[in-house]
Amino acid sequence: MRTWFPYPLLSAGLLAIWLLLNQSVAPGTILMGSVLATGLGWVTLKLGLARSHPRRVLLMLRFGFTIALDIIRSNLAVAAVILRGRRRPPNSGFLTVDIDLDDENALALLACVMTATPGTAWLEYDRLRKSLLFHVLDMENERVWIDTVKRYEAALKEIFG
Amino acid sequence: MSHVTDLPVWAAILVCGLTVLGAAIALIGSVGLLRFTSFYERLHAPTLATSGGVLLICTASIICFAVLQSRWVFHEILIIVFVLVTTPMTLMLLGQAALYRDRVEEKHGVPLKQRPPREEPVE
Repeated sequence: MRTWFPYPLLSAGLLAIWLLLNQSVAPGTILMGSVLATGLGWVTLKLGLARSHPRRVLLMLRFGFTIALDIIRSNLAVAAVILRGRRRPPNSGFLTVDIDLDDENALALLACVMTATPGTAWLEYDRLRKSLLFHVLDMENERVWIDTVKRYEAALKEIFG
Repeated sequence: MSHVTDLPVWAAILVCGLTVLGAAIALIGSVGLLRFTSFYERLHAPTLATSGGVLLICTASIICFAVLQSRWVFHEILIIVFVLVTTPMTLMLLGQAALYRDRVEEKHGVPLKQRPPREEPVE
């Protein structure tokens, strides 16, 4: 199994992408997609990517749902800040938070989440100190932002743990 | 756009509403890019378009073509996923470049490097 599919999730994802792009589940498409998925799986083996094992599917779904809500909420919040205009300039600032995630893929996912929610921007992660420097657009309450990142961290730790 | 006339009224209203809303969010993001004063604040503005804007417009596209062709259409989800996954690269690169520049210029209000550079042993 491992020799054929060094990264099973990646191969499954590639097959899914191929089927979606072709918009069909005909046998020919599935065959072509499987060949591509296996071949590209071998190619990525050369890159030596970090392996991780996300197990808790239910938790992942719940995490995705909370993120979707957070994205909507922060979209509205940032839009409000922009429309408020120059009368009350945003009180932006830098924050640091300690993040204890060893899994590289979990870190990458955290970066995607923090960029996808407007209002927080990932700036610098120090691997040795395990601390993350990020920028917050509207810092009315520092505690809230740090708690949000901590909440994401805890969820990712459970998923990839 | 002759397609729009083929849509039933409820779908047309929904699709138009979502598209206009998504475009409005993208526009607000661009306005923010103009209005904000510092580079780090400007980093936040375009993410409005890449999260909310893309999400809404792709949903509108899914609904429109699903109703027109009366079957499920999912491949717009790939657009959402790829935009969400690739924006962090650019933003992190820009953010780090700005941090590096400001630290070199010793600009006020920019956090110093968390780990001070190792001191060279004096011979």
